[in-house]
Amino acid sequence: MFQQLNCTNISSLLFLVSLLGIFLNQKNILVMLMSLEMMFLAISFNLIFSSIRLDDIIGQIFSLLILTVAAAESSIGLAILVIYYRIRSTITVELMNLMKG
Amino acid sequence: MYLLILFLPLLGSLISGFGGRWLGCHGTNVFSTSCVIISALLALLAFFEIGLAGTTCTIFLTSWIKSGAFQVSWGFWFDSITVTMLVVITLISSLVHVYSVKYMEQDPHHPRFMAYLEIFTFFMLILVTGDNLIQMFLGWEGVGLASYLLINFWYTRLAANQSAIKALITNRVGDFGLSLAIFSIFWVFNSVDYTIIFPLVPLFEDHFLMFMGFKLHVLTLISIFLFIGAVGKSAQLGLHTWLPDAMEGPTPVSALIHAATMVTAGVFLMIRFSPLLEFSPTILFILIIFGSLTAFFASLTGVFQNDLKRVIAYSTCSQLGYMIFSCGMSCYDVSLFHLANHAFFKALLFLSAGSVIHAVSNEQDMRRMGSLLKFMPLTYSVMLIGSLALTGFPFLTGFYSKDFILELTQSSSYSNLHTFYVSFACWLGSMSVFFTSFYSFRLIYLTFLNNTNLTRNSVNTVHESSGMMVFPLIILSIGSIFIGYLTRDLFIGFGTNFWASAIFILPKYSNFIEAEELPIIIKWLPFALSLLGIFFASFIHLSSKTFHSKSILQNLLAFFGFLINKKWYWDILYNRLIILPILNFGYLIAFKILDRGFIELSGPYGFTKFIPFWSQILIKLQTGQITHYLFFIIFSFCFFSIISVYNYVNFTFSLVLVFFTLLFFI
Repeated sequence: MFQQLNCTNISSLLFLVSLLGIFLNQKNILVMLMSLEMMFLAISFNLIFSSIRLDDIIGQIFSLLILTVAAAESSIGLAILVIYYRIRSTITVELMNLMKG
Repeated sequence: MYLLILFLPLLGSLISGFGGRWLGCHGTNVFSTSCVIISALLALLAFFEIGLAGTTCTIFLTSWIKSGAFQVSWGFWFDSITVTMLVVITLISSLVHVYSVKYMEQDPHHPRFMAYLEIFTFFMLILVTGDNLIQMFLGWEGVGLASYLLINFWYTRLAANQSAIKALITNRVGDFGLSLAIFSIFWVFNSVDYTIIFPLVPLFEDHFLMFMGFKLHVLTLISIFLFIGAVGKSAQLGLHTWLPDAMEGPTPVSALIHAATMVTAGVFLMIRFSPLLEFSPTILFILIIFGSLTAFFASLTGVFQNDLKRVIAYSTCSQLGYMIFSCGMSCYDVSLFHLANHAFFKALLFLSAGSVIHAVSNEQDMRRMGSLLKFMPLTYSVMLIGSLALTGFPFLTGFYSKDFILELTQSSSYSNLHTFYVSFACWLGSMSVFFTSFYSFRLIYLTFLNNTNLTRNSVNTVHESSGMMVFPLIILSIGSIFIGYLTRDLFIGFGTNFWASAIFILPKYSNFIEAEELPIIIKWLPFALSLLGIFFASFIHLSSKTFHSKSILQNLLAFFGFLINKKWYWDILYNRLIILPILNFGYLIAFKILDRGFIELSGPYGFTKFIPFWSQILIKLQTGQITHYLFFIIFSFCFFSIISVYNYVNFTFSLVLVFFTLLFFI
């Protein structure tokens, strides 16, 4: 069987890595989107692990739903990105400050 | 009939005040004057019925205020004090009305003037006839109001405005004392009716009131408050500064209000409250000290004044001092007698001064008059009668009251009476006799006898006043000659029962008999002093000697003369030490720091400044960078999780503090 601690650690670590990926990245918005996907992955992983651990199907169903949501989200995100690139000709995060207060 | 005495002046005032433009100048004059004259005739009738026939009349009109134990009614109480005051008020008032018909002939505001004079008369009558303190207070405030309106009659003059406000506010200080007296009387006696208070006074002789740890004798406290009211209204030392300034009003007003009636309201109050004052030796002492100081101070100040009306105003102030210290010696009847007599000769003096001022085209400075004897012998003779009556010349009116007061002060020479402080009044009163006759005759010399200092234009227009103005002068001069002699036995005669129960004197304070037993040489003393004053004034003005030398004594005298001419700097001291600090407090502290400062800062002004400041900070947070928003999300997630964990362990106030400091730094 999986080591319980190990699996939790992996998912938490993955979540943290993705968080830092979003947080520390100042350059590329693609990296941000990928970190977002990683975040969903970490969550799904955690849910699946918990469902196996607790012997309950709900977690897996939920992760399937997350999968679809993530797919939809990334497609919309990429679409926004494409539109943005068409207008601004750049996808650098630092330059996205037109909405300054 | 008794109510008619009161309500005729009210009617006259209302109709001539509100209907003046329909009645017209002559209509108002005739109507209002006849109202007061009828009222005066009725007052004489009332004097006959109550004073001479020895009855007392009470009239209950209707209830006014009813609230538990506090019951005030519209009631009128006519006893011998009241009718004496009634006769004085209505008689002087009607003469002044007749006088001012001609005196104010050139003035365009006749109906207003007549209405004010009448409303004053009405309030004065309310003051003296009220059978409870509240109604008395109504009259008391009413005459203050009427005084304000009348001093401010020529409202376009700045000096008149200032004097009117000064008179009103100075009176208000005294009124504050009087209202405290009414409150404390109600607190102690549970009533404001005279008929309930006075019989109960002896029961409270040993009654004490605990106030903030102090044990206060109730009757002394009440009478001191009453006396503060009298100080304000009767211009005793301390609150006297309004009286000379009130001379900015028309001269008939000065004659009516500031000589005969309103200023005597304070003395009337003291006389009315004789059953209460008698049980407090402290207040008798205070009355003597204040009265004699006022008499002396005012007569000394009158010597160095150059304004014709101001000299007479200080003379009034001085005579009020006599009345007050005679109350302090428990001689209330003598005080009232002097009040009545004084009203006659002081109104005479004021009205003849008005006649002089009228003749020399409204010049009031005595130094610019002189030798008016040639032009107006009648005014001279009535003024001489008034002055002689004032100085207490034998067998004139002043002699019977004023000299008797001075004789009574001499009773301090009897050491077994234990009234040692009366000698204070004796010395100061005797000295003021000298000064009184000095300034009276200085006035006569400067106005009538000396060489003229008038301008040529004025000399050409000097004339004796017309009949309407001379008639009151003649009536008043007849009064000044005979009233004292005629009513002496009635008012202060030996064992007279005129006062019945109106005035109460404790037997141990009664020193009439001792005054009768004085050596003849002492009885002559006031007359000698007043003659000395007359001779001194004559010497200075008749001889060609002038006092110009450089000795130290002369310089000192000149300095004191200057000081007294400036009225002992009372006004300046009050302005600098009281009024200016209060004004500064009002502007700098109450207005600038509190009203427009602190309250505004914590209220609307502070918010309008503070919210933009905060919003500027919050605007700066919206950088538009995604990473910054992410930082806030993660930071607040961490922060609140720490807080919640920490709160779960132990809630401390310091954490809340940390939270708010963080909020502040953001």
